[in-house]
Amino acid sequence: MNIHEYQAKQLFGRFNVATPKGAPAETPEEAEKIAAGFNTSKLVVKAQIHAGGRGKGTFDSGFKGGVKLCSTPAEARELADKMLGHTLVTHQTGPAGKVVRKVLVAESVDIAREVYFAILMDRGTGSPVVVASTEGGVEIEKVAEEHPEKIIRELVHPLLGFQPFQALKLARQLDFKGDQLKAAATLFSNVFKLFISLDCSLVEINPLVVTPEGVVYALDAKFNFDDNALYRHKDILEMRDIYEEDPREVEASRFGLNYIGLEGDIACLVNGAGLAMATMDIIKYAGGEPANFLDVGGGASEEQVTEAFKILIADKNVKAILVNIFGGIMRCDVIAQGIINAVKAVSLPVPLVVRLEGTNVDLGKKLLEDSRLPIQAATDLSEAAKLVVAAAKKV
Amino acid sequence: MSILVDSNTRLLVQGITGSSGAFHARGCMEYGTNVVAGVTPGKGGQLFDGQVPVFDTVYEAGQQTGCNATMIFVPAPFAGDAILEAVDAGVELVVCITEGIPVMDMMRVKTALRGKKSRLIGPNCPGIITPGQCKIGIMPGYIHRPGKIGVISRSGTLTYEAVWQLTQRGFGQSTCIGIGGDPINGTSHLDAVKLFSEDPDTEALIIIGEIGGTAEEEAAVWIKENYDKPVAAFIAGATAPPGRRMGHAGAIVSGGKGTAAGKMEALREAGIAIADTPATMGATLIKNLKH
Repeated sequence: MNIHEYQAKQLFGRFNVATPKGAPAETPEEAEKIAAGFNTSKLVVKAQIHAGGRGKGTFDSGFKGGVKLCSTPAEARELADKMLGHTLVTHQTGPAGKVVRKVLVAESVDIAREVYFAILMDRGTGSPVVVASTEGGVEIEKVAEEHPEKIIRELVHPLLGFQPFQALKLARQLDFKGDQLKAAATLFSNVFKLFISLDCSLVEINPLVVTPEGVVYALDAKFNFDDNALYRHKDILEMRDIYEEDPREVEASRFGLNYIGLEGDIACLVNGAGLAMATMDIIKYAGGEPANFLDVGGGASEEQVTEAFKILIADKNVKAILVNIFGGIMRCDVIAQGIINAVKAVSLPVPLVVRLEGTNVDLGKKLLEDSRLPIQAATDLSEAAKLVVAAAKKV
Repeated sequence: MSILVDSNTRLLVQGITGSSGAFHARGCMEYGTNVVAGVTPGKGGQLFDGQVPVFDTVYEAGQQTGCNATMIFVPAPFAGDAILEAVDAGVELVVCITEGIPVMDMMRVKTALRGKKSRLIGPNCPGIITPGQCKIGIMPGYIHRPGKIGVISRSGTLTYEAVWQLTQRGFGQSTCIGIGGDPINGTSHLDAVKLFSEDPDTEALIIIGEIGGTAEEEAAVWIKENYDKPVAAFIAGATAPPGRRMGHAGAIVSGGKGTAAGKMEALREAGIAIADTPATMGATLIKNLKH
């Protein structure tokens, strides 16, 4: 799960990680009010979307830049007016862009130096790792490619946690000195506390800045949370912005379905994430384009299967559907009944290819046959892929 | 022969009275697994299906029945603790089926496992089966047959695809081990490959991987130096978009790392035969057996 920059600021505030003063606004008037409260001529208005590259992005109106400096509350209002309700396209949003519903109005700070600081989980060692670099404010992947020696990695013991001496060590490696040394080290320790307390999978601060006055700030941050742990962080769950998500995925999650929308025209419904990925792969290999990833999981109820079907059918791009079920926990008769009910509930507008195998397969196949529905049955994966690709082309 | 489980395995089921635990305990018993105990706190003293004694704690189950393996069907918020309980009671093989355990819980569990005699498989896995002898997990038994091919996979149903392809062509499996789809797990591809390399009756391996992490690459490097028998592999997720979690918590391409293409390249480098599509996993291995 992702969150907006203004929400990241709130979380940083909770953990005493210094950020410049700022607050979110939903209207130009609100933006003006917030700006006035700062009593400064150094302001910035930032579009709030779940994507990077905002500074270089362009709005649907032609207005350029989703991060703009200004000097007065009135200017802040004008900028907010140009952003709110408009669609911002950046190199990370895709061509459709994202609608800006909130802006962050903040004090802008002068930057003397920028560094990169992130914490993520290292799968290989099963421990958190701090990744840092003196090259802040740029894409870290570029730094890793062109200057790998400038990437610092500090593993954290999974039970001992991030020790104060490690924070100091990192601060030195990032060229902090004097008063800034302890400030930076404290900031790092607080970010780690946040990372662990909130079950994050990533906290990335880019850039972490030092102002000419020597103040250390987290200027921009990206957070990812472990979806598996959200059940124990209701406050984080409340930060979810469904407008930033694919509406099909939002609908699917209401029924506990694992759905990811893609651009193609062949939909698939599969049990098991690995098999679902492999089904997308084989559709592509057979010359088609997968429209989605959908895993109904191990214990999907008939209702879930029915709802999954409805979501697939509702996607106007879809020209054919492939149901590929290998029953382990998932019983083929339950799937068959779900398909039958879904097809009956929502008239089937596109060709359907069903491939079943596994627990209760004969019962499942019989149910489908007895239903007299127009379903093409496939025995193996290859045949299933060929049939559905051909069916999609016929439409 | 086999690795880790056989007809001598004495299985405990943690969460046996829950609906999933009960359903799959029965599935294992029907297959012929020796299920000797169940644990559900508060239900100690009951008899599951009239035959399996239920205990309140793993410790008591161990003392009374000598169980040497456990299958965990405990809900995600409590599964980490269930694993730790089994390890503390000295159960040698812990198979955790549960999906959705917070990553940091697994980080702590894995650390606690260091230096202990227990081996963890999973979590978020279908289990492990030595066909004809012992099934610990949720896989359909009938698709397997005893044989000489070792199967290692992160997936559940994609594994069944591969196994069924092998069985239908007359090639059986020594042991199939589902290591699970989570980013931090108890047994990696490499761990499993090493175990199989010590089993003289396993004559070939199938490795099924997916995007995310570097486990397949690590196994490839070791195989190149240390394993001569035929190996085939399939990597799922070539068409997955980057940065998205594809179902499994561990199936995500981040920062350009963990791509299917990268894994396939590493495996090819090690002389491992790559199946082009999931439909040809079995056939790819069989072709390489003949050489």
